[in-house]
Formats: sequence, C-alpha cells, structure tokens
Amino acid sequence: MTEQEIRAVVEMVLRRLGQDSGPAPEFPVQETGDVIPDITEVDLRKQYLVESPHDQAAFMAMKERTPARIGTGHAGARYRTETMLRFQADHAAAQDAVFSDVSEEFLSRTGWPVFQTTCRDREEFLTRPDKGRVFEPDVLESIRRSIPQGTQVVLYASDGLSSSAVEANAADMIPVIRDGLEGAGIRVNEPFFVRFGRVATEDPIGEATGADVVCVLLGERPGLVTAESMSAYLAYRPTRGMPESRRTVLANIHRGGTPAVEAGAHLVDLIRLMLEKKASGTDLPV
Amino acid sequence: MRLSCQLGGHLYAFRDIREVMGKANDEKSGDRLAGVAAQSPQERVAARVVLSHLTVRDICEHPAVPYEQDEVTRLILDDLNTRIYDQYKDMTIGALRERILEAPAEELAVMRRGLSSEVIAAVCKLMSNLDLIYAARKMRVTATCVTTIGEEGTLSARLQPNHPTDDVEGITASTLEGLTYGVGDAVIGLNPVDASTESVKAILNRFAELKHRYEIPTQICVLAHVTTGMEAVRQGAPCDLIFQSIAGSEKGNAAFGISNAMIAEAKDLMAHEGTSHGPNQLYFETGQGSELSSDAHNGWDQVTMEARCYGFARHFQPFLVNTVVGFIGPEYLYDSRQFVRAGLEDHFMGKLHGLPMGCDCCYTNHMRADQFDNENLAVLLAAAGCNYFMGVPHGDDVMLNYQSTGYHDIAAIRETMHLRPIPAFEKWMEKWGFWENGKLGQHAGDASVFL
Repeated sequence: MTEQEIRAVVEMVLRRLGQDSGPAPEFPVQETGDVIPDITEVDLRKQYLVESPHDQAAFMAMKERTPARIGTGHAGARYRTETMLRFQADHAAAQDAVFSDVSEEFLSRTGWPVFQTTCRDREEFLTRPDKGRVFEPDVLESIRRSIPQGTQVVLYASDGLSSSAVEANAADMIPVIRDGLEGAGIRVNEPFFVRFGRVATEDPIGEATGADVVCVLLGERPGLVTAESMSAYLAYRPTRGMPESRRTVLANIHRGGTPAVEAGAHLVDLIRLMLEKKASGTDLPV
Repeated sequence: MRLSCQLGGHLYAFRDIREVMGKANDEKSGDRLAGVAAQSPQERVAARVVLSHLTVRDICEHPAVPYEQDEVTRLILDDLNTRIYDQYKDMTIGALRERILEAPAEELAVMRRGLSSEVIAAVCKLMSNLDLIYAARKMRVTATCVTTIGEEGTLSARLQPNHPTDDVEGITASTLEGLTYGVGDAVIGLNPVDASTESVKAILNRFAELKHRYEIPTQICVLAHVTTGMEAVRQGAPCDLIFQSIAGSEKGNAAFGISNAMIAEAKDLMAHEGTSHGPNQLYFETGQGSELSSDAHNGWDQVTMEARCYGFARHFQPFLVNTVVGFIGPEYLYDSRQFVRAGLEDHFMGKLHGLPMGCDCCYTNHMRADQFDNENLAVLLAAAGCNYFMGVPHGDDVMLNYQSTGYHDIAAIRETMHLRPIPAFEKWMEKWGFWENGKLGQHAGDASVFL
C-alpha cells in the first residue's frame, strides 16, 4: 500500500466513526469509482489469507463455526496489513464509543432533557463507579419534578460505557416501549437522558419518583465485534443498596443481536409482567 | 519505627504502615478509588523514603489482615522459614532492595523463603520499572506438569481458543491454528461460557483427543471454577491442570467461592486422579484490584493485596500463575502507564515468591490503552524472563471481549529475543514444519495440514 492509500483507508475509518457518533468530520467525498472499499464491511468469517494452504476448504468448514480472527496468514512472524488495520479500525470504534459523549445533535433531535450524575467528566466517570450511581440533591429533585405524580414506569437512557450504543438504538426503541405501555393503559414518563450514568442510577430515581418499575437503556462496554451494544436494566421499586439480583437485564441490543424495535416489544411484555407480579430479577417467576 | 520524614523542607507524617504502603505505590486509579493513594508526587516520594527505612521485621509483623482474622495471612506467615527470616529481619527495605539487585540467583532462591508477601510488596514499591525487569530476570522458576516450564532461554504460551458459545468445532479451529504458530506449550486452556460440568467435560475430552491424535507434548485445562474442575475429574474427564482465580484475603477468596481447604482438596485430587504426573498440577490467575472490587482489601493498597495472592499461591506449588493485568478495567488501572507498571510489579512479586509466573498482557476497551501498549508490555516482560503469555487469535478474545497477546506476538517475541518454546514442544513443531532454526517454519499459520 502507498502512503496515500493508507491515508484513504484511515479517512474511511474516521468517516465511519463519524457516522456512528457525533457529527461527521468534513472529508471530501469522491464521486468517482476509485474509493477503497470499507475494510470493516468484510465478513471475517469468510476471510482467508493463508498462502498456498494444504486444504483451504477443510479449514473453512471449521472456521465458519467461530468469529475468532483465524486463517489470517502472516508476514514473517507479524500480522498481514489488512488484518492489522481491521483490528485497529474495530478498536478505534470501541474507543470512540467509550470516550466520546452522546452528541448535542442527537440530544436536540430527541429533545430529551439531560441530567448528570455527580461525575464531573468522563475520566471521573471511568475511574469512580461510585460517583456514577448518584446525583446531587438538586439534580435528583429536578428529575422528580419532571415526572408527573402517578407515573408507573420511569424510562430513560444513559451513556454508560458506549455513547454509540445509545445513539444507535435508544431513539428507535423508546417510542416502541411507550406506545406499547400506553396502549395497555400504563402511565410512563417522557424520556430523559442521564450523562455519566451507571446501572444503579435506577435506585435513587426509583426512590425519588415512587415509580413501580424503573428501566434504563444503557450503553455496554464495547467489544471489537460491535461498539453499539446496549442493554436494558429493569427493577421493580428499586432502592439504594438492594441486591443486584433484583435487576432484570435484557442484553445484546444492537443490529447484529436483538434489534432495537424487537427488543422494545419484548420489554413491554417484561414490564407488564413485573407490574403484575410486583417483582423483578431472580424474584420474578418466568 | 519512624513514620515521618522531612522532604524538600516539608514534614510528612504517616499514621501507620498501611498508610505508608498505600502512598508509596506508583499512581493507580484503584488506589485512588480505595482512598489510599498519595495526594501528590512529593508525598509519594516521602512515603517511599519512610518505607526505605522500615525493616523487614516492621513489615512482616504488620500483615495487611490480622493473623487471627484471616487464613491467607496464617498460610503466608506459617510457611516462612524462621531461620532465613532471622537473617533478613533487621535489614531495611531500602537495603533489601539493593541486596536483591546485587544477589545471585541462588541467594534469591534461599532469601524468598524468609520474605512475607507484604515484605515483597514493600520492596516492589521501591523498585523502578527497570529494577523490576533486572531483578526478575535473575529468577528462573521452573515447574513440571506434563512438560517443564520456565527453563532458561524459553518463552511459553497458553493457547486460549475462547468461543462465545463454546462451540467445540469452533474452539478446535482456533486451537489448531494456534498450534501452528507455536502457541500452546504452556497449556491449551479455555475460558468456558457454559460452566456446567457436562460442557467442561466435553471440551476437556476434545482437547485430550487433539493431544493424543497429534501427539502434542503439553497440558490441557478448562478454566471453570475449581469445584466444577474437581467434579469433572471425579467423573473421569481427562485433565492435566485444575484452575482457579484467587485473591489476597480470606474474604476475597470467599467472594470467589473458595478457601484454603478447597484448594488443598483440588491439589490432592489431582495428585491421585489427574492425567498429568506433576508434581505441579494447579493453575491460578490473579490481578490487582480484585480485593477492592469485593471490598476485601481491609483498607490496603492493591499491590500489597496482589502480593498476598502470590503468598497464597506458593503454598500450593502451581504449574502456572498469571496476573490478568488489564482485565479489571480503568477504575483500577486507568491507562497504559498504569497497566505496564502493574504487569512488571506482578511478575517480579510472583517470581520473588518462587512462582512460575506468567502474564496475561491485556486491556479492555474502556481503558486508555491499545495494542501498541500491550506489545510494549509483552516485550518488557519477555526481557524480564516471564515464563509465558497468552496466545489469542489476532489478540482479540471474542468471548471475554478484551484484547490480549496474539499468536503472532508470541512468535515475533521469540524470534526477536532469541527465545524458544519448551524443548519437547519445539521438537514437535519442527516435525510438523511449524518451526525451523528458531523461526516460524513453512507450515506456520496453515492449520489445514492437520486435516
């Protein structure tokens, strides 16, 4: 690869990241057909780069059974350029999901009010899990006042460890949940967003609002396979210090896992069951 | 015992040894989270000055958790050789650092029998990064299960063929490819998703089948909880090594669901029913911060608690011990500087305990670190004489969702640093054309030669 080609690949990767989270950086998009294809679109299960193999077909039959990065070949004792850059692209997407904020553009589009935990910034959020579970008293009071009396289900989104996950899934999922609940005569709040939030933000919010069910849609720690995985954590009347086993989790919400709309429909059923049984987590009979 | 010092015209006074030990550590986010870190770089150096004047006896007589309250403390202290301890007890930690740097390997092998885990942690805090490499390099520690690990001039690797659903064929594909790169001489060892005895047995059976079909001189293991490992062995599964994660206090071990007695039982079971001859048939993993995460640190810093893991481990004479250094996340090790430091500390402390120490050089995606940092740590540890690393396909663990050292990294480090696999495994590789003249051979990377 020439330096120019490498730069083009890097720009492609950056452009993709830009689409995933935050405003896209301004790159001149070439109209001609000489753009290098997106390396992150290559299906790794089908990729095979071993030179003059003994029996490619036999190996591919096994490789189909795992997402592991095998059959990659080597350059001396090192990686080939293509697989090395793909690894870097996937890691860059993961880091971008963790270390960048949910964009202002996303928040203004959704119109969700924003509340922040006691974390000052992202570094504090990552190093002080205790501070990402609580709010200053005035912030908690604002959350309480924003939720009408008699609300049974409090629903909100939070960045957690992946802003990309929230941007990719939450806006599609929330209307499905709200329509489903309201259709069943269940009172649910207008959604809001918690910045620098961990799962246990549910507990002070549950205590302050007196809601029956609290549900947070939270970005999960990204792997290299996807940076957009979100989970929904639900609890029936959560309280600070309650055992973690009282939470119910619906994980792996992303395009390649459970798609947001499908997950939203599933959540409606789950919330109705919790309201009926007055329980969550391991207390909830399934 | 003096707990205060003047430094740069300021007086620094510390309450007790625990405070000195916490503040003498190089900066770690986990020590901040625990509230035991120095408030400034100068206070950190002041704590090191005070620590350098404390004696071996001062530290040994103040274990992190009292003897009466904690079976890990009892095991560490009861294992010491009192005559050797007497030779070193009046030495200051500053003098001990110099003695360790000067001493020949033979003296270190004797000395360690008189050093408690807290003493080893204390001297570690006074070591620079190169000190940790230089001192550890002198300490070769070998252990024997099926083959012998840790000989001079060798670098071994665990083959880690993890799979998100434990699909046995998928695991086999990763395993066969790893073997072609010379990975797997330490152990072929899988972290299972499904921790049921049936699933663990199925994977052990497949590993044993591969080992026998291709006559691979190595050991096999599935890294389930020790109780599951024991159950699999009792039901007749082939198993060379039993695995367990360990902590540095009784309370920490309780959080892992283990005790001294349980590990002793596993050791005894393997001696009688393991498929390896041993005598070293256990595999332990550790990592700074696990005690704090289960509130089992008793107010102590993470380096000291990590050292106590090694004190616990050495009682059971394991074949493999490795820190999983960057797995725990940024609340304990924030960035590459912190995880590189922790990797060097853990390896040094393990070796000074007399353990056949390896390292999982690794990081999660929410740390400020990347694969370049990980490669750096692996090269530093190879220079320090680390027994083994992990070998994961392209460094990407698709089950645990973190990044470690890849098959290619093992091969490249061996080649650049003139290190070789365990001799019996090296011969096996040469037979298959995976290795020639200290380098990868013509069939390296082509697992289809097995099919």
